Amino acid sequence: MSKKEFWIRPYGDTLNDGKVQLSFSLPVSHNAVGEETAKQFALKMGIHDPAVVHSAPLSEGFSFYIVYGTIEHQVDLNSVKIVEVESKAMSMDQCEEFLLENFREPIVFVGASTGTDAHTVGIDAIMNMKGYNGHYGLERYKGIKAINLGGQVDNEILLEKALEHNADVILISQTVTQKDVHIQNLTQFIELLEAENLRDRFIVIIGGARINHALAKELGYDAGFGSKKYAFDVASYAIQALKVKGIKQK
Amino acid sequence: MSRLNLNKNIIESCRKLAKDVLIDVQSYIDKHTTKTVERAQLRLLSIDGVNEFNVPLVNVIVDHITEQADLSKGVLHYLSYAVKEHALSPQQIAEKIVKKQIDLAKYEEKPKSPYLDLLIPYFNNILEKIDQMKKDRAAFIAKTAKKETPSKYVIVATGNIYEDIEQAVSAVRKGAEIIAVIRTTGQSLLDYVPYGPTTEGFGGTYATQANFKLMRKALDEVSKEVNRYVKLVNYASGLCMPEIVAMGAIERLDMMLNDSLYGIIFRDINMKRTFVDQYFSRVLSAYSDIIINTGEDNYLTTSDAFENAHTVLASQFINEQFAKNAGMKEELMGLGHAYEMNPELENSFLYELAQAEMAREIFPNAPLKYMPPTKHMTGDIFKGTVQNALFNIVSVTSKQSIHLLGMMTEAIHTPFMSDRALALDNAAYIERAFKDFGEEISYNPNGRIVKRAQFVLEEAHTLLTKIKEDGLFTALEQGIFANVSRSENGGKGLDGVYPKHADYQDFILTSLLKKMKEGDNE
Repeated sequence: MSKKEFWIRPYGDTLNDGKVQLSFSLPVSHNAVGEETAKQFALKMGIHDPAVVHSAPLSEGFSFYIVYGTIEHQVDLNSVKIVEVESKAMSMDQCEEFLLENFREPIVFVGASTGTDAHTVGIDAIMNMKGYNGHYGLERYKGIKAINLGGQVDNEILLEKALEHNADVILISQTVTQKDVHIQNLTQFIELLEAENLRDRFIVIIGGARINHALAKELGYDAGFGSKKYAFDVASYAIQALKVKGIKQK
Repeated sequence: MSRLNLNKNIIESCRKLAKDVLIDVQSYIDKHTTKTVERAQLRLLSIDGVNEFNVPLVNVIVDHITEQADLSKGVLHYLSYAVKEHALSPQQIAEKIVKKQIDLAKYEEKPKSPYLDLLIPYFNNILEKIDQMKKDRAAFIAKTAKKETPSKYVIVATGNIYEDIEQAVSAVRKGAEIIAVIRTTGQSLLDYVPYGPTTEGFGGTYATQANFKLMRKALDEVSKEVNRYVKLVNYASGLCMPEIVAMGAIERLDMMLNDSLYGIIFRDINMKRTFVDQYFSRVLSAYSDIIINTGEDNYLTTSDAFENAHTVLASQFINEQFAKNAGMKEELMGLGHAYEMNPELENSFLYELAQAEMAREIFPNAPLKYMPPTKHMTGDIFKGTVQNALFNIVSVTSKQSIHLLGMMTEAIHTPFMSDRALALDNAAYIERAFKDFGEEISYNPNGRIVKRAQFVLEEAHTLLTKIKEDGLFTALEQGIFANVSRSENGGKGLDGVYPKHADYQDFILTSLLKKMKEGDNE
C-alpha cells in the first residue's frame, strides 16, 4: 500500500502560502519592457502575482531583477525519493575503533583533484591533517594511510599511483564543472579502470561541491559526496564498504 | 608613525634574512637558463606565429636546438650565426627552420658568437613598442582622477574571449578598475603559449597574445567612455612565465600574477625552473612597468589562515627580495595576502584587520593585493555578501591597493554578470561609507589587534631565520608553505633547465637591467 500523500508548498510566513524569491539577469536594457519581461518569466514558472521588488541596469542591453511571488506548484513529500549513501556515518573516534577491530593493516586512501582541475580545496579538506571546519582530515586517522596527490593529476597517473601505493580506496575531487568538464573526466577514469580490469580492486569515491551520490552511481562510482560532507563521512562509508568486500580482514 | 607599534628592528632583520636566503638562489639563477627563457628571448626579437600544427615558431626553434644541438649555448648563439650567414631577419630564419631549409645544428661547434650585435636592432624594435606602451599607459593614468581608496579588481572567466569582453566592459561600467582574465584550467602546465583568439576554455580563457590584444582594445575603448584608465591583468605563472610577460609587455597588460614560489607549491613545477623563470619575468616586468601580483593568498586556502598568517608574511619578504633582485621598484610589487579566516572564529575581523594593517605598515610603498574570502564561502549567498562586506571594510580601512572583489556565488560557479555587479555595488558602498575611517581610528596599544600583528611579525621572523639556516630549497622540501612539500629535483619542467655553457651570451637581460639603472639615474 502506498504511503499517504502529503502535499506542500514553500513557506513564507503562513503554511503553504507558496512564497518564493528569485533573481536573474536579462539581456534587455533596464526599462519597463525589461521589468514586464521579468514578470512574464515568473508567470511561466508558475509564480502568481510576481512582484519585481528590485531592478537595475547591469550594462548596455543587460538588466537585473529580484522577484517575489506565489508559486502554484505543490509537491507530495511522500513521493520524493533520494539516492543517499547507505552507510552509517561514524565519528573519527568511531572510525578508528572500527578500523582497529576489523582490519589487520592500515587502509590506504589515494586521492587527487584530477584532469585539468587545479583546485585542491576539496581533496585537502578531506585528506589533509587539518581537515576542514573543525573536522580532521584522513591523514590524522589512526589505521588510515592517506596519500594526497594534489591537483591536476592525470587519470593515468592517479591509477599508476594507486597501484604503486596498493590503495584500497581512491578519492577523486572535482571542483571545476564548467561545461561539464568533470563528467568527461570522471567517465574517463572509470573507463580506464574497466579497460585495465581493475574496477573491482578499489573502492572509488568522488567528491566536490557539485557532486552527489546519484551522479556518482550513474557514472559507475561507489559513492559521491557533495558539500557539507567531511572526512568522517568519507571514511565511514569507505571502511564499511571495505569490510563488506572482505579486504585486509582480521 | 607606526599604528601598530611594530618593532622596526625585527622588520629590518626580516628583510636582511630574506636577502641572505636568496644569495644562493640568485647565484643558481645566474648560472642557468630554461627553455621558456630562451623562447621569451626569441619573442623579444620579434619572432611570432605558428607552424602548420599550431606549434609556436619559438617552440619549433628551441626544440630544434634541443634535439639537434645544445641549448645550453643559448638561442642567441645559433640565431646570430644564422642571421650573419643568411642575411635574413630572425622571423625569416624561423620560417625557414620550420621548412627545414635552415639547420641551426651546424653552428653548435662554432666559437662564442661574435655576431650578437646583428640581433640588437630586432630587440630594439620590440623595446620601442614596449616603450610606447609605457608612455601610453602613463599618459592615460595621468589623466585619470587620483583616488586614495583601493582599486576594485574583478575577474572574468567565461572561456570565450569575446564573451569575456562583454563581461569585462559591463563590469567597468559598474565601476571595476582592474580586469583580470582568468586562464583556462591547465594552461600553467603547458610548455608553450597557445596562439590566436580562443573561444573554448574551462574555468577561464587561454592566455594568448591575440586574446590580450582583443581585451586591451576593448578596455581602452571603455576606458575612454568612463574617463579613467582600466588595468588589464593576466597570469605570468606556470611553465611559460617569461613568455607571457613578453607578450603582455607588448600588448600593454598592466599587471601580471607572478609569484616566485606559487608554481612550485601549487602546480608542482620544479623549483629550479621556477626560480630561473621568475627572474627573467620580473626583470622584464620591472622594465615594462608591469605590476606583479604575488600569490600568498593561496597558502591560506590550503592551510589555516589564523595559524599560518606568518607564512604569508615570510613569503612576502621573500617575494619582495626576489623582485628587488630583478631590479623592480617597490611601486610594482603587488604583494598578496587574503581575508580567509573561518567565520566561526571569535574576533576574526580584528585579526584580519590586524594582518592587513601589518602588511600595509611593513610594505608602505607596495600596491598590496588583497584577496577576498573563498575557502569559507559556502553557497549561502546571503551570508557570503556579509563576509565580503567585512572584507571590504578591512580593505578600505587599512588602505589596501589592489582589491579583488569577493563574489557571493564563490564556490558555486564562475561569476555571472549580476554577481559581479552586486559585488561592485557592495564594494563601492563601503568605499564611500568607510572612506576616511582608517584615519579616524587608532589601535589600543595593549589590545588584540596590536598584539596579533606583533605576534605574526615575530613568527615570520622565526620562520625566516629557519629558512636561512636550512636554505630555501630544503625549506620547500619541508613543506613550510601551505604544508606542501616539494623536492629540489621533483616536479614538472626540470628537463627544461640548462646550465649556461661557457659560450652562453645574453644581451637582452643585461640590457634591460642596464636601461633600468640608467632610467633611475636620470
